[in-house]
Amino acid sequence: MRVPPGVSLTDFTEALKQFEDVVGKEWVFTSDEDVDLYRDAYSPVWSEEEEPIPSAAVAPGGVEQVQAIVRIANQYRIPLWTISTGKNLGYGGSAPLLGGSVVLDLKRMNRVLEIDEKNHYALLEPGVSYFDLYRYIQDRKLKVWIDPPDPGWGSPVGNSLERGGGYTPMHDHFDAVCGMEVVLPNGEVMRTGMGALPGAKTWQQYKYGFGPYATPIFSQSSLGVVTKMGIWLLPEPETYLSGTVMVWKHDDLIPLVDVFGGLQNSGIIRGTTTLASPFWLGPPNPELDSLRASGSVKDLEDYAARKKMPYWSIPLNFYGPAKVVAAQWEHAKERFSSIPGATFQEGPSYRFPLSAEEQARIRDTVPLGIPSLQIFSLLPPRSQGHIGFSPIIPMDGEALLEAMALFDRVHRELGSGRAVLTVLSSFPRALVIIDLFPVERDVEKNRKMRALYRQLIKEAAARGWGEYRTHTTFMGDISNTYSFNNHALRRFHETIKDAVDPNGILSPGKCGIWPKRMRKAEA
Amino acid sequence: MKNAQVGLLIAACLILTGPAFAAPPDQEQIERGHKVYDKWCFPCHGTGLGKPGTESLAARGQKPAVLEERTDLTGPVIKQFVRHGVLFMPTFRKTEISDAELDAIAAYLTRNNKP
Repeated sequence: MRVPPGVSLTDFTEALKQFEDVVGKEWVFTSDEDVDLYRDAYSPVWSEEEEPIPSAAVAPGGVEQVQAIVRIANQYRIPLWTISTGKNLGYGGSAPLLGGSVVLDLKRMNRVLEIDEKNHYALLEPGVSYFDLYRYIQDRKLKVWIDPPDPGWGSPVGNSLERGGGYTPMHDHFDAVCGMEVVLPNGEVMRTGMGALPGAKTWQQYKYGFGPYATPIFSQSSLGVVTKMGIWLLPEPETYLSGTVMVWKHDDLIPLVDVFGGLQNSGIIRGTTTLASPFWLGPPNPELDSLRASGSVKDLEDYAARKKMPYWSIPLNFYGPAKVVAAQWEHAKERFSSIPGATFQEGPSYRFPLSAEEQARIRDTVPLGIPSLQIFSLLPPRSQGHIGFSPIIPMDGEALLEAMALFDRVHRELGSGRAVLTVLSSFPRALVIIDLFPVERDVEKNRKMRALYRQLIKEAAARGWGEYRTHTTFMGDISNTYSFNNHALRRFHETIKDAVDPNGILSPGKCGIWPKRMRKAEA
Repeated sequence: MKNAQVGLLIAACLILTGPAFAAPPDQEQIERGHKVYDKWCFPCHGTGLGKPGTESLAARGQKPAVLEERTDLTGPVIKQFVRHGVLFMPTFRKTEISDAELDAIAAYLTRNNKP
């Protein structure tokens, strides 16, 4: 039997027995066969000594059981690693950061507690998946949309806490959070925002409540176990209209991003878009890749002109009444027409609700609020998983060109060919670049990949670009780059951690924040 | 390493896809399995656009690529994939698909196997 670090076998055995008394024997997993199900299927350290394999898992069915588990963990100083649906693949999946932790698996807490069709919000438990929530809404024919990320098997609670993103106007998931219930490390239950007012009528309608706004400190943190969360939903729009803007020269990227940013900040463009370029983004293409490696922009532009291929394009998504989205698209075209030679392509467009036949003809339903797993179709058929390096880049074409060239260079220098990049507008006023790395069940390949990943962290940070989220393997590395004034922010987080969780039982090491008793060893 | 693993899984399939001699599952179990399959498996292995499991199996020459149309799967093979994963398909924990639900999925996916 694996035992958590620093815990005696006697204490651990007693703690497990007490966990069983709380949740029932069926929901405490200790056999290797059961515990192995919690390994990270996309681990970049698979089967290596540093792979963090848990010692056990415990799955409560309600908030009182979470409270009891946390109290037992405090008594025996058992490190707990909380997961919601455990499908955070690419970021650690259901595995802990600290090997030997007990996974606190909240999947059984899977109730949709409330959906308000008038004020467009939901109150959810963490085990609800995007698929579950979508089915719940469809079964009741409610006129609200969710905003699923890619892919849709994750948890709205977990994804929002990790600050994930989707594609509809509600694409910034943490921004859509309104009120939480949290079990604190001492076992006490707390509600944030208006939820602190007994009998509050607006827990899911007004975020801030009164006094310091506590909700955000539970995001990407280890200060509590979120057992309920309010999220805002989108009223079902009347229509969806998409249009693509295409520009034909390399340097057109600069005004393209400028105009896009202006339209996004004005609220004209509200959905996430993915910048496209056959020369810089998307899957490898040997002909174009060799042209690109030659470094001649003129050659690439000549090739684009010959093949009638746009150098850059941006698909735009508009949601709302038919007249409004038509006007938004017209306005966007006027603005992008300031770029010489810009061309436009319209479609597709839909009116809601979709019929089953219409829906069956759409490959990517995610921008229409319908969760799917189709994103995996973009992976090679023999893919064994992936992780992403995803720094936040300024909403600026020159910065984007610099970043793409840098990533390409680092990939070439460390021997992995060229970078395969995706550029998303998931968050306001900035872009996120996703550099996707395959993970394999091959120790040597994974070691090389990690070296490349760490080089990118270093080079990006040297230019002022930091990641918004990362795999557990790299949380310490990323945390080290947020080092202004001798790590003042991390020291602040550590002060809070030590005060709120003095025994350091919740998710040790999450985002580089270690409890006091483990800090020296990790420094 | 990767090819060796895939090879082992394919070998396991070949070994375990022989005639099933167990008593056929009852209709209620098959219907229960259909519901669990629709919830957990269909988004990846179903018919229609954007089903990566089906597309991956098709790309690797598996026929038919839609699991519900297969008549050569066995319970042990199905359980192997669900509990151990394969390629980009991850493992599924018991809090997601219980052993009883996994038995029901197996009953559903083997319903058309010839004795």
